[in-house]
Amino acid sequence: MSDAHPHVAVAEQFDDAEQQHEAAGLGMWIFLATEIMFFGGLFASYTIYRNLYPAGFLAGSGLLNAKIGAFNTVVLITSSLTMAMAVHSAQLGRRKALIGFLFLTLLLGLTFVGVKLYFEWYHDYLTHVAPGFGFHPEGADLARIHALHAPLSAVELFMCFYFLMTGVHALHMVVGVGILTVLIVKAWRGRITRESHNIVEMAGLYWHFVDIIWIFLFPLLYLLGVTR
Amino acid sequence: MATATVTAIPTDTGIETRNYLNADYGLKSWLLTTDHKRIAWLYLIAITFFFLVGAIAALLIRIDLLVPQGLIVTPETYNKLFTMHGIIMVFLFLIPSIPAVFGNFLIPMMIGARDVAFPKLNLLSWYVFVTGGMFVMYAIAAGGVDTGWTFYTPLSTSYLNTHVMAAAAGVFIAGFSSILTGLNFIVTIHKMRAPGMTWFRMPLFLWSMYATSVMQVLGTPVLAITLFLVAIERMFHVGIFDPALGGDPLLFQHLFWFYSHPAVYIMILPSMGVVSELIAAFSRKRIFGYEFVAFSSVAIAAISFLVWGHHMFVSGESVYAGVVFSALSMAVAIPSAIKVFNWTATLYKGSISFDAPMLYALGFIGLFTMGGLTGIFLATLAVDQYVHDTYFVVAHFHYIMVGGAIMGYMGALHYWWPKMTGRLYPDRWARVAAFIIFIGFNLTFLPQFVLGYLGMPRRYAIYPAQFQSLNVLSTAGASILGVGYVIPLIYFIWSLRYGPVAGPNPFRAKGLEWTTPSPPPPHNFEQTPIVTEEAYAYGSGVPHSV
Ligand SMILES: [Cu+2]
Repeated sequence: MSDAHPHVAVAEQFDDAEQQHEAAGLGMWIFLATEIMFFGGLFASYTIYRNLYPAGFLAGSGLLNAKIGAFNTVVLITSSLTMAMAVHSAQLGRRKALIGFLFLTLLLGLTFVGVKLYFEWYHDYLTHVAPGFGFHPEGADLARIHALHAPLSAVELFMCFYFLMTGVHALHMVVGVGILTVLIVKAWRGRITRESHNIVEMAGLYWHFVDIIWIFLFPLLYLLGVTR
Repeated sequence: MATATVTAIPTDTGIETRNYLNADYGLKSWLLTTDHKRIAWLYLIAITFFFLVGAIAALLIRIDLLVPQGLIVTPETYNKLFTMHGIIMVFLFLIPSIPAVFGNFLIPMMIGARDVAFPKLNLLSWYVFVTGGMFVMYAIAAGGVDTGWTFYTPLSTSYLNTHVMAAAAGVFIAGFSSILTGLNFIVTIHKMRAPGMTWFRMPLFLWSMYATSVMQVLGTPVLAITLFLVAIERMFHVGIFDPALGGDPLLFQHLFWFYSHPAVYIMILPSMGVVSELIAAFSRKRIFGYEFVAFSSVAIAAISFLVWGHHMFVSGESVYAGVVFSALSMAVAIPSAIKVFNWTATLYKGSISFDAPMLYALGFIGLFTMGGLTGIFLATLAVDQYVHDTYFVVAHFHYIMVGGAIMGYMGALHYWWPKMTGRLYPDRWARVAAFIIFIGFNLTFLPQFVLGYLGMPRRYAIYPAQFQSLNVLSTAGASILGVGYVIPLIYFIWSLRYGPVAGPNPFRAKGLEWTTPSPPPPHNFEQTPIVTEEAYAYGSGVPHSV
C-alpha cells in the first residue's frame, strides 16, 4: 500500500492503490482518445463540405443564433470551473463542498442542454430549418441564403452537420449529467472519501473533454458569418 | 517430437487440482465471470458459432458458382450470401478472433498478472459483442442484407430495402466491444507487468497485441461514426453521402477505409505475434532480431492509418492522392518483410520439430508471403486499374485473412489448447488436418488469382462459361478446406474428456504461461512471478532433447 492512499479498496487484480489509480487514469485517457477519433470523423467531414460549399456553410451559419451559442459557451466554461472545484474538494475530503460543486455542475449542464433543446433545436424545427423535417427556410432566412447565392442543398448539409455535431455533443452532456447524478448520490452517502476521490477525478476528465469539444464546435458552427 | 515426451497417462485420470475451470460450476459462474481465462472461453464459443454461420454462407456461395448461371440461389440471394459471409467473418470472427480469445487468455499470464486491468469491463465487452452479433443474426433471419460488407453509399442509404439498419447497428455495437478490449489490453500491458518484465523482455505476441490494441482504439471509433452517419442518412433522407443531395459518396469510402484498412492489420498482426511464439518454441531459439520484429509491429500499426486510399484508386480519388497512397501502401511491405526474414532466420540452425502448431506457423509464413506480395501488385496504380474488383483481389485478401490470420489462429489454438484445457489433442490427427487445410486453402484460392487476372469480376452471381473449370476447382478446394476445419472441431471436443493430461509445459516452451499448472489456477500464479531473463531464453534450463 502506498502512503498516498491509505484506506482505498484495492481490486484483487492490482497490487496496490497506486497501480489502481494509474490504471484508471490511463484507461480514461485512452477512452478520451477514442472520443477524439469519434468526433474527428465528424470534424473531418465538416471540413470537407465547408471547403466544397463555402457559401452554403456561410448562409447556414447565419441561421444559427450566435448569442444563444455564446451564452451556452459561458455556461459550459463555468461548469468546467465548478467541476474542477468539485475534484479539488474531493481531494481534500470536503464532502459538503464536493456535493455543492457537483450539484452546481449538474445544474449548469442541464441548463446547457435545456437551452439547446428549446431555444435552438425546437426553434429550428418551427422555422423549418431542421434537416430531414421538411427543410425549407422562409422569409429573412431565405433572403439571406439567396443574397449569398448559396445552394439550398448545401445549406441543408450545413444544418445537418450542425445537428449531428451538437447532437452527439449533447448526448455526451446527458451521459455526463448521469455520471454527476451517480457521484452526487455516492457523495451524499459518504462513499467518496479523500482516499477514493479517483472516481471524481475521472468524471472531471470526461466533463472537461466534453467542454473542449464545444469550444471547437462553437466557432466552427456559429461564428462563420455572424448576422444576429 | 515434443509431445512424445509426455508419458502415457491413463486417459481416465482427471485433473484434480483446483483450477479456473473447476473453481466454480454452473452457467451463472460462467456468464458472470470476471476471470480473463473464462471470458476467453466465452469469446471462443461465440466466435466459433459465428465462424460456422459465415462458413455456411461461403459454402453456399461456392456451390452456387459451380455453374455459370448459378446452381442453387437467385442473384438476389447470392448478394445476401456474400454480404453475410463478409460481415460475419470480418466483424464477428476475424476481428475478435485472436485478440479476444488468446489476448484475453494470455496477456495477463504472459506478463505475470492476476487478471486484466479492468475485469468487469472485460466481461461487458463480451456482452456488447454478443449483442452486436445478435443484431447481425437478426438481419439474416429477417431476410438478409445485400450491401456487401462495405456498406457503400448511396447503395446502402438510398437504394436498398433490405435490413441494412440491423446489420449496420450490429457492426456498430460490436465495434465498441473491440474498442473496450483494446483499451483494456493497453492499460494491462502498461500497468500490470510483473517485476522484471521489461518491455524488451515481453514475448513478441504482446508487442503484436499492443500494436493491435492501439489500432482498435483509434480506428474503430471512425467506423462507428461512419455507420452512424449512414443510419442518419437512411432514417432522415438527408444528403450526407448522397450526390443527389449535395453529399459526397467518396467521403464515405474515405471514412470507411480509414478504419477498414487498419482492420486488416487488426486481423493479421495478432497472428504474426502467434507465429513469433510458435517459431521460437519449435525451433528452440530466441527470435532472430527480436527488437526489429517488435518494432515492425508498431511500424505496421502506424503506417496502416496512412494507406486507406489504395481501396479507391478507381473510384474517383485524385491521381496525386493515388500516387501517395500507392507509395505508402508499398511501405507496409518493409516491416512485413522484416518479420518474414527474421522468422526464417530464426529457423536457420534451429532444432525444429514439426508439431501441429509449427505446421500452421510455417503455413502462415508461406501463405502470408503470397498474400503480401500480391498486395504489392494491387498497390501498384497501373496494375490495380485492371484487377480492381476482380477475383484477384478476393484471392489476395483471402491469402492474408485465411492463409494468414486463420492459420495463425489455428496455430494458437493448437499451441495453447493444452494450457487452456489441461488436455492434449491427438497430434497425428492435428498434423493431418493442418495439411488438409493447407491443400484445401490453396486449391480454393490459387485458381481465383487466375480468374481475377483473366478478368472475372467479384460480387457477380453469374459468370461467362470460360471461367467454369477454374471455379469448379475452387469449389473443390473449398470442400477440402471445410473438411480440414471440421476435423479439429471434432478432436478438440474429444480431447476435453478423453485427451491425455498435458502437464504444465507439454511443448517445453519458454514463457510465464508455461510455468503455471494446466489449466492454470484462478489467479494464474501461486505468487507473482519475478522475471529475470529475456523472452525465448532457450538453451537455459530447458533440456534440448529427451
Ligand atoms: Cu487496404
